[in-house]
Amino acid sequence: MDPADLTIAEAGARLRSGDLTAVDLLASVRRRASMTEAILHAYLTIDAEGATASAVEADAALQRGDDRGPLHGIPVALKDNMVTRGVETTCSSRILSGYVPPYDATVVERLRAGGAVIVGKTNLDEFAMGSSTENSAYGTTRNPWNPDRVPGGSSGGSAAVVAVGSALGALGSDTGGSIRQPASLCGVVGMKPTYGLVSRYGLIAFASSLDQIGPITRTVDDAVTLFEAIAGHDPSDATSYRGDFPDPRADLGKGVEGLRVGIVSELSGDGIQPGVAAAFQATLDRLAGAGADIREVSLPSTEYALSAYYLIAPAECSANLARFDGVRYGPRIDGATVEAMMSATRRDGFGPEVTRRILLGTYALSAGYYDAFYGQAQKVRTMVSEDFKDAYAEVDVLVTPTSPTTAFAVGERADDPLAMYLSDICTIPSNLSGDPAISVPVGLDDAGLPVGFQVLAPALGEGVMFQVAAAVERLSGFESRPALATSLGAA
Amino acid sequence: MPIDIDITKVARLARIGLTAEELAHYEEQLQVILEHAARVQALPTEGVAPTAHPLPMVNAFRPDEVEQTLDREEVLSQAPDREGPYFRVPPFLDE
Repeated sequence: MDPADLTIAEAGARLRSGDLTAVDLLASVRRRASMTEAILHAYLTIDAEGATASAVEADAALQRGDDRGPLHGIPVALKDNMVTRGVETTCSSRILSGYVPPYDATVVERLRAGGAVIVGKTNLDEFAMGSSTENSAYGTTRNPWNPDRVPGGSSGGSAAVVAVGSALGALGSDTGGSIRQPASLCGVVGMKPTYGLVSRYGLIAFASSLDQIGPITRTVDDAVTLFEAIAGHDPSDATSYRGDFPDPRADLGKGVEGLRVGIVSELSGDGIQPGVAAAFQATLDRLAGAGADIREVSLPSTEYALSAYYLIAPAECSANLARFDGVRYGPRIDGATVEAMMSATRRDGFGPEVTRRILLGTYALSAGYYDAFYGQAQKVRTMVSEDFKDAYAEVDVLVTPTSPTTAFAVGERADDPLAMYLSDICTIPSNLSGDPAISVPVGLDDAGLPVGFQVLAPALGEGVMFQVAAAVERLSGFESRPALATSLGAA
Repeated sequence: MPIDIDITKVARLARIGLTAEELAHYEEQLQVILEHAARVQALPTEGVAPTAHPLPMVNAFRPDEVEQTLDREEVLSQAPDREGPYFRVPPFLDE
């Protein structure tokens, strides 16, 4: 087997048994990238020099018995909104073209400390705003299962590289579904942790009360590994969670016997594509067959969650993106006054979706409209969280399709922002509540496109979330890979 | 119900210099999105407290100790314009 097709767990075992070196593993992954990138365009930057140095160092460390843990020598990719010292970080925006950060994000430091080999930076919707990776200033990423389709977004590059093996795992960021939805559309596992468990220091902010970094991997087990490597308190992030949290791996193999699994009535009917509904139902049947107690629960405020999100996220974005003004980093368009310079720089630097959301957020926060829009949205946010609390009094986890549809065609929703926003209807509620959620691939639809199954759990409920996700993975037996990867693996 | 949007003012507040044509285009799109978003106003929220943040948070304190900061030259190397150890910008006051 080509080492690029190994899971993190398998590669780790082979690195330790001496069957494989980190240098050879990196070479396989790079070969895979060089054969797929012309089609996918998933990487923005490949750090050839830095990755080689890390792989050489990882091999030398293992030789001398210095084993840094399960990511030692494993090639991983980073969404290009996480800063990397000395390696260009653009957020897929023209306003940061050429920006070389003077520090590493905390997650990057933790990956390096764990011996991981950082292959490069992946494409995203500009500033993580989008659901298709079409909003990148540097070109669209394509879906590995069908290049006429989008990979989802905004972490589309990270999901695509994991699907084809041009990284064994990747980090994405999730503000309204930006890890889970592309994972679903690309047939891989993607997880958003409980808000505050993973440091946001060095994640270029989109909406600070919603953003959370998480893993994208081929298996649930690998997602736990990557999550454990990046989770934990960080003094550099004032919103970082300080308490202990349960061992996320403790119940991984336990199955679902006797667990109460809630189907969300509001997220399982209208608007769900037939192929997605069928795969979702088949998974529910398997869970029931394995002893889960399937119940239906209602989250009545859910239908307002999307509206609230599209006020809260743009409001926070308009404040966060004020820092991109042509003063400290990025290109500048000259002007006679500082305001003229800033207005010209921002007009030139931001693409249409980012501009739209900054305007939307500026409006929602402006005097006279604040209470009717932003203030009201924050109250709806409370009601969404209360609905979840009520539901978790009756069930252990909730399940939904991750995305109402499989991968849609490139260009299909580009001119219809509202249709694009509806891609996130099943994922947005957990960002509003701050709870963890994961997408697991469970099958293919008639068009051969992957379908994701979402498991949601209460805050700090990663243990039961991973437990159910691992059971879903075993019961579904989804092992398909995109032809793009398998044809190369066989070659 | 059409939403009242002074798009010129909003763009000015956001410091994004748009043409009249672009302003009209964004105003139209904001109308559609805000009409959908205005659904939040339909919910009875009497007595509901707003959530600004998912976790109950208090101020995060740490000891006030001198720590390693970013390298000044490395930071300034990214600036579009500088003068010595400073960021340089056009005048922000009229003559």
